[in-house]
Amino acid sequence: MNKKQLFSGPFLAFILCGTLVPLGVIAFYGLTDRSGAFTVDNILSIATPEHAEALLLSLGLALISTVICLLLAFPLGLILKDSKLGQKGFMVFIFILPMWMNFLLRTMAWQVLLEKNGVINNVLGAIGLPALEIINTPAAVVLGMVYDYLPFMILPIYNALIKIDKNVIEAAYDLGANYRQVLSKVIIPLSLPGIVSGVTMVFVPSLTTFAVSNILGGGKVNLIGNIIEQEFTTSFNWNLGAGLSLVMMIFIIISMALIEKFDRNGEGNLI
Amino acid sequence: MGKYPAEFLKIKMPLIELIDISKSYDGETVLDEFNLKIKENEFITLLGPSGCGKTTTLRILGGFVTPDTGKVIYQGKDITNLAPNKRPLNTVFQKYALFPNMNIAENIAFGLKISGKSKEYIDDKIKYALKLVNLNGYEKRSVDSLSGGQQQRIAIARAIVNEPKVLLLDEPLGALDLKLRQEMQYELIRLKKELGITFLYVTHDQEEALTMSDKVVVMNQGYIQQMGTPEQIYNEPENAFVADFIGDSNIIDGVMMEDRVVKICNHIFPCIDEGFGRNKPVDVVIRPEDIIIGKPGEGTIDGVVTSNVFIGVHYEMCIQAGGFEWLAQNTTSYPVGTHVSMRVVPDNIQIMNKPQSEDEEAMALDE
Ligand SMILES: Nc1ncnc2c1ncn2[C@@H]1O[C@H](COP(=O)(O)OP(=O)(O)O)[C@@H](O)[C@H]1O
Ligand SMILES: [Mg+2]
Repeated sequence: MNKKQLFSGPFLAFILCGTLVPLGVIAFYGLTDRSGAFTVDNILSIATPEHAEALLLSLGLALISTVICLLLAFPLGLILKDSKLGQKGFMVFIFILPMWMNFLLRTMAWQVLLEKNGVINNVLGAIGLPALEIINTPAAVVLGMVYDYLPFMILPIYNALIKIDKNVIEAAYDLGANYRQVLSKVIIPLSLPGIVSGVTMVFVPSLTTFAVSNILGGGKVNLIGNIIEQEFTTSFNWNLGAGLSLVMMIFIIISMALIEKFDRNGEGNLI
Repeated sequence: MGKYPAEFLKIKMPLIELIDISKSYDGETVLDEFNLKIKENEFITLLGPSGCGKTTTLRILGGFVTPDTGKVIYQGKDITNLAPNKRPLNTVFQKYALFPNMNIAENIAFGLKISGKSKEYIDDKIKYALKLVNLNGYEKRSVDSLSGGQQQRIAIARAIVNEPKVLLLDEPLGALDLKLRQEMQYELIRLKKELGITFLYVTHDQEEALTMSDKVVVMNQGYIQQMGTPEQIYNEPENAFVADFIGDSNIIDGVMMEDRVVKICNHIFPCIDEGFGRNKPVDVVIRPEDIIIGKPGEGTIDGVVTSNVFIGVHYEMCIQAGGFEWLAQNTTSYPVGTHVSMRVVPDNIQIMNKPQSEDEEAMALDE
């Protein structure tokens, strides 16, 4: 065994214990029933109305959150990139600062803010505006997702944007392109790897989350993540939970493959 | 005005005019009341050391930098505040700046697609441009797969397919090795002739400037030092900076004794300059290749060879004489320690006024 192989040992061990073994265990549970006999019922149960509805809602909300994050992060990235502030790095730091705060804490803060008699409604009431009634609705869950995951969109997009050679952008103007054309023909294509990373890093956790929907959905917004969680923690039907998890994995892989297709340069390397 | 036919006015009018352009960054003046006229079909080169404001001048023309004061006039119209994409100029950037997300054909087609040309027209132009820069068949190649020289040629192709009135080139050959650079110099001159467009070229390489240009503008610290044909710049530098910057030269303190007589290192040299007055301190410029070396006592001044290097074709020697170390070039080698004499044909001695110090200038004004 040479030195290189020796060094790769710990990583191989990690891949084995941290990825392959758990995956195998989930696959085993997902493809068996309580008695341990092989079955595909757990997988097929995604087609039951309750599960299918949850899955569709999850896909829908994850998609909406991802699009909102993208629509917020990309212009912000452009502004930060072009800003003449000497403190560019600091500005980015401010925007990604929430990332370092506890995730549950951040989400619970929104609960307090959005509650029927919460901070926002008190303020609205004080200035005579109608109360906001979005707590325990999908809108609140989307808001929570956007707030929680936005930094994961900003960072890769900003990094991709600042790497674009200024001369290349000037060359596009020089050849007669207006701002919109420069954006669509040069800046967006060149920042695509960053966009793909950002979309992945927002879409996947949004699709599988149960914490955000628990806290801001108040049990009324049932995402697929909530159903899987309940199978494990409430119903103690590990086989069904594992089966649904496998289905989710397949959905994520399909989504990533679709996203990848947009990335002509194929620099994302996500799968 | 009405008296002159339109044609006449057109010939008189420069294509581009920079009028009193000043630009400073953070209080640091980069260009100071810069004036330049560019005639149609001219190959004009801005030459100067790094940081003298060449790129800034080009960027002001391209529309990427707004001057603090002054105007950019194009065909009689003020375009100082016109956006870059509206200007009838195209730039070849110093670092090529090809679009890495597009192949070579897409790069070349960029400007044509923007201006809404038909597919057939664009395809024809791509073929034509690739042929012009000797890269036939490179349409489908990626930018990464090209060498520096090839990328540079694509950058040129990408600019010229738009048939700009003026091509701005910012040290386009700066990153290439010597041989490729010389090849590209000839290619550019050929292109210029074939296309018949105006070239504004920027370089810090004096040889390049002298080889390629119709007109050279020597710049230093945001000021124009001298403007003229390559021959004028080389043979008749107007001041010590130009003499020093253009080629190797001996710049020696001298005294103009009377018309056509200059004293250098206490020796009298005949020259052809007149009108400096009597006993006037001047700078004397003598090119190393103009020094004629002979046996001691045969020339105007005697000296000793202190160094001798073969630099291809000829030898470059330092000769200590009259308290000055003269740089001389000759096809004959004179070993170190040889006693020699030197003389210079009067035609080859260039006399310049000493640059006046600010104090002197102030005094002159007081009088
Ligand atoms: N955007 C800028 N901000 C601050 N200083 C600049 C900027 N652009 C150029 N300069 C300064 O202006 C001077 C001239 O620059 P430049 O025109 O690029 O010179 P050249 O092309 O002749 O080497 C340099 O001292 C450079 O540092
Ligand atoms: Mg420059």
